[in-house]
Amino acid sequence: MTGKLVTTDVLVIGGGLAGERCAIEAAAAGHEVLILSLVPPRRSHSCAAQGGMQAALGNNVKAAGDNPTVHFLDTVRGSDWGADQEVANIFADEAPIAVRELAHYGVPWTRVRGGRNKYFIKGEEVEIDEAIENDGLITHRDFGGTAKWRACYAAAGTGHAALYAVDCEVVRLGITVRDRTEAVALIHDGSRCLGAVVRDLRTGGHFSVMAKATIIATGGYGRIYGQYTTNATINEGTGASIALDTGIVPLGNMEAVQFHPTTLVPSGILVTEGCRGDGGYLLDRNLERFMVQREPHKQELASRDVVSRHMAEVMRDGDGVDSPYGPHLWLDIRHLGEEHLRTKLLEVWDICRDFVGLNPAESLIPVRPTQHYSMGGIRVNKDGQAYGLLGLFAAGEAACWDMHGFNRLGGNSLAETIVSGRIVGRHAAAFASGMTLRADTGVAFDALATAEKRAADWMARTGKGRSVFEIRDAMGEVMMQKVGIFRTGDELREAVAELGQLLNDCDNAVLRCKDPGLNPELAFALRLKGMLRLSMTVARGALARTESRGAHFRTDFPLRNDREWLNRTLVRWGAEVGEPSFSYEPTGIIDLPPGHRGYGSDERIEMAMSIDDYNRDVPGEQARQGRLDSNEEMGSRLRRGAWKAVAG
Amino acid sequence: MNEKNTARRLRFEIFRYNPQDPDSVPHTDRFELDETPFMTLYIALNQIREKHDPGLQFDFSCRSAICGSCAMMVNGRPALACRTLTSDLPEDIQLYPLPAFKLVGDLSVDTGTWFREMVERTEAWVHSQLPFDPAAEEQRMSDDIAAAIYENDRCIECGCCVASCGAANVDDKFLAGAGLNRIARFMMDPRDERDDAQWFDLVANEQGVFGCFGLMACADVCPKELPLLEVYGYLRRKSLSAGLAARRK
Repeated sequence: MTGKLVTTDVLVIGGGLAGERCAIEAAAAGHEVLILSLVPPRRSHSCAAQGGMQAALGNNVKAAGDNPTVHFLDTVRGSDWGADQEVANIFADEAPIAVRELAHYGVPWTRVRGGRNKYFIKGEEVEIDEAIENDGLITHRDFGGTAKWRACYAAAGTGHAALYAVDCEVVRLGITVRDRTEAVALIHDGSRCLGAVVRDLRTGGHFSVMAKATIIATGGYGRIYGQYTTNATINEGTGASIALDTGIVPLGNMEAVQFHPTTLVPSGILVTEGCRGDGGYLLDRNLERFMVQREPHKQELASRDVVSRHMAEVMRDGDGVDSPYGPHLWLDIRHLGEEHLRTKLLEVWDICRDFVGLNPAESLIPVRPTQHYSMGGIRVNKDGQAYGLLGLFAAGEAACWDMHGFNRLGGNSLAETIVSGRIVGRHAAAFASGMTLRADTGVAFDALATAEKRAADWMARTGKGRSVFEIRDAMGEVMMQKVGIFRTGDELREAVAELGQLLNDCDNAVLRCKDPGLNPELAFALRLKGMLRLSMTVARGALARTESRGAHFRTDFPLRNDREWLNRTLVRWGAEVGEPSFSYEPTGIIDLPPGHRGYGSDERIEMAMSIDDYNRDVPGEQARQGRLDSNEEMGSRLRRGAWKAVAG
Repeated sequence: MNEKNTARRLRFEIFRYNPQDPDSVPHTDRFELDETPFMTLYIALNQIREKHDPGLQFDFSCRSAICGSCAMMVNGRPALACRTLTSDLPEDIQLYPLPAFKLVGDLSVDTGTWFREMVERTEAWVHSQLPFDPAAEEQRMSDDIAAAIYENDRCIECGCCVASCGAANVDDKFLAGAGLNRIARFMMDPRDERDDAQWFDLVANEQGVFGCFGLMACADVCPKELPLLEVYGYLRRKSLSAGLAARRK
C-alpha cells in the first residue's frame, strides 16, 4: 500500500487492549476499521500488565459480599475524590461483564479451587475452605486499596493473556492492522476530526487516513520520565501529544502521575502488586516491615500513592539499602514458597532471574518506586467523545475518562481498557453510522504536507545543536527529580524553567543520521517536542495545583483541599502557540461525599459549598470547557446513595 | 545483588543493511563499548545508537522479556536481546537479524506479518458456537485445565523458535514451534469446539507436525521455556489417534 490517501470508517490509533477492544465493537457494528500500531499489536504495552483485572464477581471467600457498589466506593476513595463518579460507577458495573467476555474470548483465568486453600494475609499463613459449589469460577487475589479480593488474574501474565485473546478476536473478525505506523498529526477542520496523518515506520514515508470516527488509544506518557519508568519504550504519549497539538482538545489532570511502589532496581522493570496481594512484605535496611507501623490497617496494601510516599520517606530518612544505583528497599516474597512463585507469580520469578540474577524464593528483591501510570490524558465525556472535536474519541490510559482521578487502583487500568473499549467503541461506531465520509481531501493533503515538511526540516537543519537523546535524558532527570513523588513550588518552578530551555534546545537540535527510510534518530526527534510539551503540562499543572491529592503531593501544601481544588485541570496548547492555557472544571456529579480514604492522611480542608450546589454547576461548567453532550443525561448512570448500604 | 566486577571492553560486530537506501549494501560494522554492571544488550545497543551510530535499527519495547520485540542472533543463537546480560557473553559479540523473517533494516525483522499470517492460517482463536451472554455467569473451568492452557498461552511470538528451525528456514509455510504450540493451546481448551477431523487437517501435514525434522532447537532457544517437546508429542499422538479413528469408520 503506497497511496498517500487512505479512507476507512473507523480509525483506531493504538493496537493495545483499549484500541483493539474498540475496534472489535466498531467492526461488529459493520464498519470498516483500520488499526494503526507502533508495533505488532501483541507487543503493545498491555502485554506487560501482570497482576490482575479488577471486577467484582465475588467468587471466593475473601471476595464474599463484593459487588459493583463496593468496587465503585474503592475506586472513588482510591482516586482521592478526583474521579468522575458517574464514570467510576459505569466502570464498576460493566467490569464483571468485560472479564467474563474475556473468558469467552479464551483468557485462561485462574479459577477457584473448591476445598482447602492456603493464603498469606498480613504476614500470617491462613487456611480457608473455598466453597465446593464455586469450584471452577474465576478466582480473585488481593490488591492495594480494595475492601475485597477482586483482582481476576491469569498467573502474573494477565495483560499478556488478555491481549492475545483480544487480538485473536481482531484477527477472527478480519480487522486490518497496520503495524509499524505512527499517527503524527490529527486532521480536523476546527470542529470535527477527519482522521490522521501517519508516518510509516518501515519506509519513513507519510500518508493520510480519512475516517468518519477516530479513536486514540495510544496508552500513557511514562517515557517523559526518561529511564525512571516501568513503561515500555513506546509509551511516549504520542496520542495525547497530537491531541494537544490541535489547541482545541484539552488534556485532563496531566499532573496526576502514578509511581508504582515496587519496580526492580536498577532496570525499573515492574514487579507486580500481586506480590504484596499474595502476602509479600516490604522491608527496610534493618529488615523491618515499616508499613505495619505506618499503615496499621492496610499495611503493604494501601493505595500505590500512599505506599510509594512511605517508601520514599524511609529512603530519605536513611533506612534504605545502599547500592551503586542509589538507595532501594526490599520486597520479600520468600515465604510464599517456590511452588506459588513458579505458578501464580511466574513472570516475577522470570524477571528476577533474568535481570538481577536472583531466586525470589531465597533472596530479597531490590525495589523502589518509579513512574508507572498516567492518570491524565485526552479529556473525554462519558461516551469517550473528546472535548471540543466531534468524531474524536479516546480510550484506555491515553484518555482522561476519568475513573482514576488522582490515583488509580492496581488492576483498575487493565479492566478500564476492556470496559472503556466496549463503551467508547460502541459510541464511535454509532457516530460513524450517522456520518458520511467527508470528501474534502484538501485539509488532509495540507496536514500531510505540514508533517512532511516537519520531517524535512529536521533533516535539513545544521549547526551545533544538542543531540535529541541528550535532551531526552535531561528531560527525564528534570521530571523525576523535580516533578516526582514529592513536589514543592520551588522545584516545580525550576522544572518549568528547565523544560522551557529544553524546548528551545529541541528547536535547535541537529540530527547526525541522514539515512533515508525509518531513520531511528529522526523517528525519535519527531516525538521529542511533543514529549517536552507533555512534560511542561505536567510540571505547570503540578505547580498551579496548591494542594495534595492522590499521587500529586505538594510538601508545601500537604493537605487535600476540597474547598478550592475539588476540580479537574484542563490544558490546551496549540502546536504553534507559545504558552499552554490552563482552566478547571468540576470533577463531575458527586454522589459519595468527600471523606477519608481509609488509609493515608485523615486531614483535609473541607468543601465550603454544599454538594447540591456543587452538582448544580457541573453540566454548565463542563459544557463551557468543551464537553460535548452524550445522548444520556449527565448523572443518569449513578446509582445515587447505593454506597450507603455498603460503606464501611 | 551479585554485582560483577566489570572492566571489560566489549567488541560488537553488527549486521547492517537498510533496504530503503539504494546505496546500502549488506555488511557488518564494528563498535566498542565499556561494559557496565548489569549491562544488557538493550543497554548496549542503545548506547551504540546514541554515541556511535544514530542510524542503527533494532526493536525494543517492554525491555523486560514480555513483549517479544527484540529477538536477534546473538553469537549465532536466537535470543531476546533485552534480557541477555553482556556478562554472560564473551568480549566479542556478533549480532545478526533473525533469519526466516523479512528484514526491515539492520537487526529489525518483520515478525508481525509472519505471526498474523500464522494466526489466520491456523484460525488460532476459540471456535465456539455459543454467543456471549453478558448476563450469565462465566463458563466453569477447572483450575488445573486453566493452568495447563496458560502454560502454552505464554508464547510471546518472539520468533526465536522459527529462526532456529531447520524446517521453517527452508519452507516459509512451516508452522514451527510457535505455530504448533498455538494449535496445542486451543486443542486443549475445552471452550474450543473443533473436532478431531478439523484438528487433523490443520496439523497432520508437512507444514504442521509431520514437517518437523526433530532437531528440537526450538525447545533449546525458547526464552519462555515453553514445553515444546511435549507439544510435538501431544500433537503427534492426537494426529495418530484421529487418523486411526477415521480408518475404523
